[in-house]
Amino acid sequence: MMKRFLIALAFLLPAAVMAAPYSGPLDKADIDQSDKASLQRGAQIYMNFCLACHSMQYQRYSRTFDDLGIPADLGEEFLQFTGTPGSHKFSAIDREASAEWFGLAPPDLTMVARVRGADWLYTYFRSFYEDDSRPFGVNNEVFENVGMPHVLQELQGIPRKTYERRMVDGEMREVYVGIKSDGSGSLSEDEFDQAMLDLTNFLVYTGEPMILERQRMGMFVIGFLLVLLILSILLKKEYWRDVK
Amino acid sequence: MSNAPVDKGRRRFLTVATAVVGGVGAVGAAVPFIASWNPSAKARIAGAAVEMKIDKIDPGQLVRAEWRGSPVWVIRRTQAMLDSLPLVEGNLRDPESNEPQQPEYAKNQHRSIDPEWFVAVGICTHLGCSPQFIQRDFVDMEGVDSGFFCPCHGSRFDIAGRVFSGVPAPTNLVIPPHYFVDDATILIGEEEGAA
Amino acid sequence: MSFMNWIDKRIPFSNTMKLHVTEYPAPKNFNFWYLMGSLAIVVLVNQIVTGIWLTMNYNPSAEGAFASIEYIMRDVEYGWLLRYMHSTGASAFFVVIYLHMFRGMMYGSYQKPRELLWIFGMLIFLVLMAEAFMGYLLPWGQMSYWGAQVIISLFSAIPVVGDELTTWIRGDYVISGATLNRFFALHVIALPLVIVILVFLHLIALHEVGSNNPEGVDNKKPKGTVKPEDQAQFKFHPRYTDKYDIVDAIPFHPYYTVKDIVGLVVFLILCSLVIFYAPTMGGFFLEPPNFEAADPMRTPEHIAPVWYFTPFYAILRAVPDKLLGVVAMGGAIVMLALLPWLDRSKARSIRYRSTLHKVNLTQFAISFVILGYLGAMPATDLYTLMARICTVLYFGFFIFLFLYSKNEKIKPLPERLLK
Repeated sequence: MMKRFLIALAFLLPAAVMAAPYSGPLDKADIDQSDKASLQRGAQIYMNFCLACHSMQYQRYSRTFDDLGIPADLGEEFLQFTGTPGSHKFSAIDREASAEWFGLAPPDLTMVARVRGADWLYTYFRSFYEDDSRPFGVNNEVFENVGMPHVLQELQGIPRKTYERRMVDGEMREVYVGIKSDGSGSLSEDEFDQAMLDLTNFLVYTGEPMILERQRMGMFVIGFLLVLLILSILLKKEYWRDVK
Repeated sequence: MSNAPVDKGRRRFLTVATAVVGGVGAVGAAVPFIASWNPSAKARIAGAAVEMKIDKIDPGQLVRAEWRGSPVWVIRRTQAMLDSLPLVEGNLRDPESNEPQQPEYAKNQHRSIDPEWFVAVGICTHLGCSPQFIQRDFVDMEGVDSGFFCPCHGSRFDIAGRVFSGVPAPTNLVIPPHYFVDDATILIGEEEGAA
Repeated sequence: MSFMNWIDKRIPFSNTMKLHVTEYPAPKNFNFWYLMGSLAIVVLVNQIVTGIWLTMNYNPSAEGAFASIEYIMRDVEYGWLLRYMHSTGASAFFVVIYLHMFRGMMYGSYQKPRELLWIFGMLIFLVLMAEAFMGYLLPWGQMSYWGAQVIISLFSAIPVVGDELTTWIRGDYVISGATLNRFFALHVIALPLVIVILVFLHLIALHEVGSNNPEGVDNKKPKGTVKPEDQAQFKFHPRYTDKYDIVDAIPFHPYYTVKDIVGLVVFLILCSLVIFYAPTMGGFFLEPPNFEAADPMRTPEHIAPVWYFTPFYAILRAVPDKLLGVVAMGGAIVMLALLPWLDRSKARSIRYRSTLHKVNLTQFAISFVILGYLGAMPATDLYTLMARICTVLYFGFFIFLFLYSKNEKIKPLPERLLK
């Protein structure tokens, strides 16, 4: 990256030597911020599978519970493993040690949806595949050489790049048909997709927890301005009758 | 210049209507600016109720807790202290605690839930200094040894935080909402039953 | 009105209001483009007020800046609204200013006697860019950091002193807390103060020479040359009527105040749509990498300045030499400032100018927009080629203009507005 940056600085054409960011198609994450049940399920996945390494240091537990309609006592019992209700969600692992294990400290994910976008996340979660050449035995189609294990394997099973023999132009060929689980996970394919949609939904929420409030407020503000617009147009017309 | 006569009434009506609606908008626009000065979520969380262990406090001892950035006193009063309460009543400004400086359950002579345990915000109601806890020769009166004295402007309060007359402080010390969670624990800053 | 009398004996309040508002002659044929000046003032006020409120919770330190923005967004009541008003306002400011400048180019508002007015405007534009650039560092996100790194490194192109100058500007060997603190100081007080003073001078200069208009006609005629019944039938301040006969004009207030209110409300609706429904504007107003805290060890995959700098950034990248690139970028702005002297045409408004000029101005506008697009994109071979063509066209506009404007074939100029 640094090299690319320096090249850009020197006003030369950026050389195509660095791995380009993923530019392939992304699956549409059809999320609904007002679906509290989905957000709650997403929160549960995050707390159980992600928070151990990925902190969420800008989001408070208590706010999450309030916004998602989770009673405080249930939240504290089932979703909160560190800190007090008012505290931010810090991960349990030591940042320096984890930087050694993974090569880079696992990033904070409070606003990952604002950086990557919901579609990217939704596709990413479902794009891990078995790759023995990698340290953790998995790679990711969307995030090449990703530096983390497939922590959701217990849900998804072992995902493999799958090929099928198909007739193409009158010839039998091996055709890549996508990533398929070996079925050893606790969720079916559809259930896993739904779970990842819930997780994406939750991450979109933590990126901007005021999203519903702002949209609701926008209706009032714009509605009010429309009334003012009508009045101001009438007023302008009334005065401009003087001008010929 | 138009030859048509100007409809003054319509013009005035529209001017006033636009100004009023616009004024409402201006007030509405001021709301976020004003509201942003309220304590933030961070401050509110920092200001949440605090728990205090009271099983290690000796009779006559004062222990401080911090609640919303202010000192809160917890005193385990001795019998002698309690006995002094009726003696000073003639010299007090508000012996009945009629001013709403305490929750309903502390509106009594000893200004507390349990006569033994006195809980008060240790901030003088005059100008915000923290009074001293005096345990000897508090006032020149038989049987009254302890009370609170504010060094800033000389206000005096009895051992139930009731203000003496003739001092600058206008009202009794504030009793914060609190309750006993169990025999050994007191929660300051929250009413019993409030979540 | 004895209270007003009391005031007026002490400061010239009523007279000033009459002189500049209620009895100020404004051409009666202003169109949509003439709304932008008023809007710019409204946005300036918005930026100042929301900016003051943001400083109340912002922490200008490398350690705390990023977290304090999220504190504003999450913990402060309506903090998110104040921040989105400020970030949207920044972009809105440039939308309005670019339209305002293009209006001036279309109707020749920089021509004599409005050269100084134009120069003040260009100075505002320059300071505004510095203000926006420094403001963009404050959230201390990845794009803040690396964008500032790239832009400040531009100064290293200056021969001899470049490297030392860059280090001096940063106060460190890279962008650091020291840079953040000085940018904060400049962003919240120094530059806004300069902008306010320049805006004041811009307005004084405007009211001294009077507004231009889409027809480019003068509405102050020499005293005694216009029959009374042909003069504008409104009361204007003696300051104007003593020396001139005023034609085709109306008092700014109430006519343009009520007209500008309509435009303002439409503008507020558009801004509200952004603030409440698309605060990042698809990554153009708030760039996605900026939601990640600055990391001096790792550059984002693609660095692009915010959209309002991209046309100039594209020019910079189009030139295959570091120093010349910087010179070209600066030159692109200097050219605009020189317009009053580059354009030697006798006609102001595009309505009376040659087809050649219309084509030239149109290609300029298109090139500028394309440059803006290219500056936001990664530089590929094709894009670089396009950026070079558009850069040539951008500068070509000024060179052609200088060449053809002196003997340009123009339509007969009107003395008065046509009925």
